[in-house]
Amino acid sequence: MEKKVILQTKKIGKYFYQPVKFKALDDVSFEVFDSEFITMIGKSGSGKSTLLYILSTMDTDYEGELFIGGEKITGQKSDRLAAIRNKNIGFVFQFHYLLPEFTCLKNVMIPALKMGKYTKQEIEEQAYQKLELLGIKDQALKQASKLSGGQQQRVAIARALINHPKIIMCDEPTGNLDSKNTSIVLETFHQLSKEFGQTIIAVTHDNDFAEASNRIIELADGKLIHNT
Amino acid sequence: MRLNVNSEIAYTHLITRKKQTIIAALGVTVGIGIFIFMISLVVGFNRYSDEALFKAEPHLRIYQDDTLSRPLIPQIKPDYTTVIINPKIANLSNTLINPEKIIADLKKQDGVVTVTPQVSVNLFYNNGISQINGVASGVNIMDANAMFNIQSTMLAGDVRNLLSTSNGILIGVGIAEKLNIQLYDNINITSSIGVVKMMKVEGIFKTSNSNIDLTKSYINLAMSQQLMKKSSSYLTDILVNIKDPNEAPKFSKQLQNSTIYKVEDWQAANEQSMSNKKTRQVMFGSISLAILLVAAFGIYNIINMTIKEKLNDIAILKATGFSGKDVINIFLKESLIMGIIGTSFGLLMASGLIKFVSGIYIGGDREYFPIGFEPQIFLIGAILGVLITLGAGYIPAIGAAKIDPIEIFRK
Repeated sequence: MEKKVILQTKKIGKYFYQPVKFKALDDVSFEVFDSEFITMIGKSGSGKSTLLYILSTMDTDYEGELFIGGEKITGQKSDRLAAIRNKNIGFVFQFHYLLPEFTCLKNVMIPALKMGKYTKQEIEEQAYQKLELLGIKDQALKQASKLSGGQQQRVAIARALINHPKIIMCDEPTGNLDSKNTSIVLETFHQLSKEFGQTIIAVTHDNDFAEASNRIIELADGKLIHNT
Repeated sequence: MRLNVNSEIAYTHLITRKKQTIIAALGVTVGIGIFIFMISLVVGFNRYSDEALFKAEPHLRIYQDDTLSRPLIPQIKPDYTTVIINPKIANLSNTLINPEKIIADLKKQDGVVTVTPQVSVNLFYNNGISQINGVASGVNIMDANAMFNIQSTMLAGDVRNLLSTSNGILIGVGIAEKLNIQLYDNINITSSIGVVKMMKVEGIFKTSNSNIDLTKSYINLAMSQQLMKKSSSYLTDILVNIKDPNEAPKFSKQLQNSTIYKVEDWQAANEQSMSNKKTRQVMFGSISLAILLVAAFGIYNIINMTIKEKLNDIAILKATGFSGKDVINIFLKESLIMGIIGTSFGLLMASGLIKFVSGIYIGGDREYFPIGFEPQIFLIGAILGVLITLGAGYIPAIGAAKIDPIEIFRK
C-alpha cells in the first residue's frame, strides 16, 4: 500500500539575525506520511524546535517551501494560516499552556468553538470523549490551573485532538513529566496514529521516547543528518 | 448555531478579574458622569443667561442707523483732487418709513414668532427734586409682553392695566426705590425734547439686571409718540423674535438684504456676553474632555495589563487557530463591555448630580441652579464614552494581535 504524503518540506532554510546572523536551518527537505509517528531529535541549538515552528505555520519567515495535505503553505496570509492551524494541526507543548481561568472542558472545547463547525452540545460531547480517551474525564469541570502537571498535559493533548486534526505537533511533550505520565502520553500517541490515523510530529530530548516512534529525524547544526 | 467563542473568552477574562474590571469601568463612570454634568451646567447656564437677556432684548432689532454726510464730489480715483469735508451725522429723522409694510412683511416670514414696533424715548423720571435719567419703551404692551414676558418679572401691578390707562407706565424696581414711588403713585417724566407728562405707575418689574431696573420703563406707543412730538407713524425700532434664537445672525443677514435699515441680531448687540459664553464653553469643554481622557487611560492601562499577563494565553490561542483579528476582537470586546458598564453608570451619576445641583437654592429671579436634563448631552456623553473606551482598548489590542507566539513558546 502506497503511503500518502501529508506534510512535505522543500529546502527549508532559516536565518536568525540576533545577536549575529546565523543559519539555524539549512536545506532541510523531508516528507511525513499519513498516520506516522515521527520524532525529531538533536542537541540544543540543532534547529529542531525552529523546524517544528516552521512546520506549525506559525513561523513564516523562512526560505524554501512547505506543503501540508498537498496545499502550499508558504506565502499564505496569516488569517488563512490561522484557519489551517485551527483545522489541521493540533499542538502539545512542553509547558501545558492551558487557559487558567477556564475549566478543562472549556479548554478542550475552545479550538472547536473557534472552528464553529458543530453545535456547542456536540462539541461538549466530543470534548468529554477526548478527555475520557486520556483518562481525565473526572477532572473535566475543574479549573485548568488546579490540575497536576501530568493531568494538564493530558488536557492539552485532548485539546489538540478536538478538531480531529490530520497532524499533531508536539514540542517536548514529555519534557516536564515523570516516567509514568510519559508512558501514558507515549501510549496515547501510538493509539492516535494507529487507531485514528493521525500523524504525530514530536520534538524531543528523550531518546527512549524517540526510540518508541515510527521514525526519527535527527538534526545537527540546522542540517538533516539522519532520517530513518 | 454560530457560537461566539471570542465573546466567551472576553467575558471570562472580565469575570475572573472583577476588581480590575470594576475599577476601569468606574474610571469611565466618573469621566462620563462629570463630562455630562459639566456640559449640562454650561448649557443650563447659557440658556439661563440667554433667557435673562431675552427678557430685555429681542432676537433682532431693525432701526434707522446713523448715516454720515458724504462729499458732493466723490473722489473717484486716489490721484484726483480731494475735497475735504467734515462728515456729520446726516439723519433727518430716526423714524422708519412705512413701518406697517415692514411689519406685515416680517410677519409673513418663516420662523418669525413675534414682531412689535417700538419707540425709544430718552427721558428723566422726576419725583420732587430727585431725577433719574432713563429710557422708556413705547410699545403695544401685549406684543411686548409676548416677546419679553414682562408679566413674569412684575413685582406689583399688571401689564394689562396699561391697555386701559393711556398714561400708565411700568417702571423698574430701581427707579421705584430711588424715587420712593409705589404702585398707582404718579410720576413725572420729561422727554429729551422737553415734553413733560404726568404718568401713573401701573406696575413695577424686576429683571436680573439692576441697571435695567434703574433706567427702563414701558409706556404705551401713542404716549411715546406724544413725548417725541411725533405723529402716530413715528417708530424708531421694530423688534423681532424668531423661533430659534441661535439662527438670528443668519436671519439678520437675510433681512438686511431686503431693507435699507440696519438689522442687528442679539449676538452682535451683546458681543461681550457672547465671548463670555464661548470662553465658558471652551473652558468647561476642555476640562471635561481631559477627565474623559484620564478615564480612557484607565481602560488602556487595564487592557494593557491584561495583555501583558495573558501573553501565554494569546500565544496558545494563536497556535490553536485564532487569527490576529480574533485577538483584537477579544480585547475590543473587553474594553467595550467595560465602556458600556462604565458609561451606563456614568449616565446615572450625571443624572444624580444634575438632580442634586438643580435643587440648590441660589436666590435671584431664577431661585434654583439653572441646570436641567439635556437628552442631547446624555446621548453625546454615551457615544463618546463608548467610542473613547473602544479607542483605548484598540491600541493595546493591536499590540496583542502582533504578538509572535513562537517568541513566547521559546522562552
